[in-house]
Amino acid sequence: MDVDSNQGRMGAYLRDHQDKVVSRWTELVVAGLRGRSSAAEVRRELEDLYSLVIRAMSGADVQAAGELRAALAELSRSRARNGFTPSETALAIFALKDAVYELVADTTDLMPEYLAFSRTIDDLGLHTFETYATAREQVIADQAASMLELTTPVIRLWDGIIAVPLVGTLDSVRTQLVMEKLLETLVATGAEHAVLDITGVPTVDTEVAQHLLKTVSAVRLVGAECIISGIRPQVAQTIVALGIEFGDIATKASLADALAHALSRTGHKIGTA
Amino acid sequence: MERVPILKIGKTLFVSIQIDLQDESVMQLQEDLAEELAGTGAHGVIIDITAVEIVDSFIGRMLATIGSISRLFDAETVLVGMRPAVAITLTELGLSLRGVRTALNAEKGLALLNGSA
Repeated sequence: MDVDSNQGRMGAYLRDHQDKVVSRWTELVVAGLRGRSSAAEVRRELEDLYSLVIRAMSGADVQAAGELRAALAELSRSRARNGFTPSETALAIFALKDAVYELVADTTDLMPEYLAFSRTIDDLGLHTFETYATAREQVIADQAASMLELTTPVIRLWDGIIAVPLVGTLDSVRTQLVMEKLLETLVATGAEHAVLDITGVPTVDTEVAQHLLKTVSAVRLVGAECIISGIRPQVAQTIVALGIEFGDIATKASLADALAHALSRTGHKIGTA
Repeated sequence: MERVPILKIGKTLFVSIQIDLQDESVMQLQEDLAEELAGTGAHGVIIDITAVEIVDSFIGRMLATIGSISRLFDAETVLVGMRPAVAITLTELGLSLRGVRTALNAEKGLALLNGSA
């Protein structure tokens, strides 16, 4: 007996006992929900799924398998949004096996078909799990991207002076982004001074220093000057301890000092009140 | 091979690169510039690379060499109008062009030369 005919017989069996199975399935699922959805709502959801399962099992409908997977993905997503764990969603799918088994248990000649059916349902349950994981990863990737955007603003401090306050660890991806944004702003605005403020950078190791030096060097190449500001006492000590050489790059304790330095370079005079 | 023209304005030589840089054209430019510097006694060279979109390590190194050659003739080189992408490429290649001065555009480069003269 091949799998297809197994599925065909099981499909027919499931169609014949639709009401009973769906009722029992709903019962089982609702028991595990702890009142987060109404029984009527769950039943409607499961009925849709059940009819798709039957169509997929009957084998005649080629699109049904795809539709079933899409419906499960949607279910997994909406449940995840409502605070269900992926296990709960998968268990709700697996409950269909229990519901069917209770009926099939007496008719021993359907056992092979039931086993094949059981495998199919396992597959579907795992599919909801996978969808959940994929959705999660998407959320994480989106957050990482928006965090990058958030943490690298380029601000205009004065005529011809722009600043980039760096917050958080400076890795190569961020450096690249900061560099691109900074250089584009410099070229677009014609600003001649750029201040890199590292007050928000927790630690400066050789790698971070390397990235800073690269940025400074690129800024110089487009024809502007770069000042590094916001060097905290601990950071200064680490830089010296690591033997990092900033060379002729202007470094200042605070953003205010850097602004004053840049203003004096552009020929502005700052009066003290 | 296309040749890059060198314009003499006062005591400054002005080079605007408007072509896709090939290795030979950069070599030729270096030679022409050396001739011109020796012949005119110019005190400054402005190289405008606003139109240059792609550089490789060879061209980056030739730009630095041009700077060093100019210094031998007591002339300062100012590289102007470098695009952000070019600047990033050169930095990634480890070429910081230390011996060459830079400016955002030709006007600022000229001011830089006149200010330092």
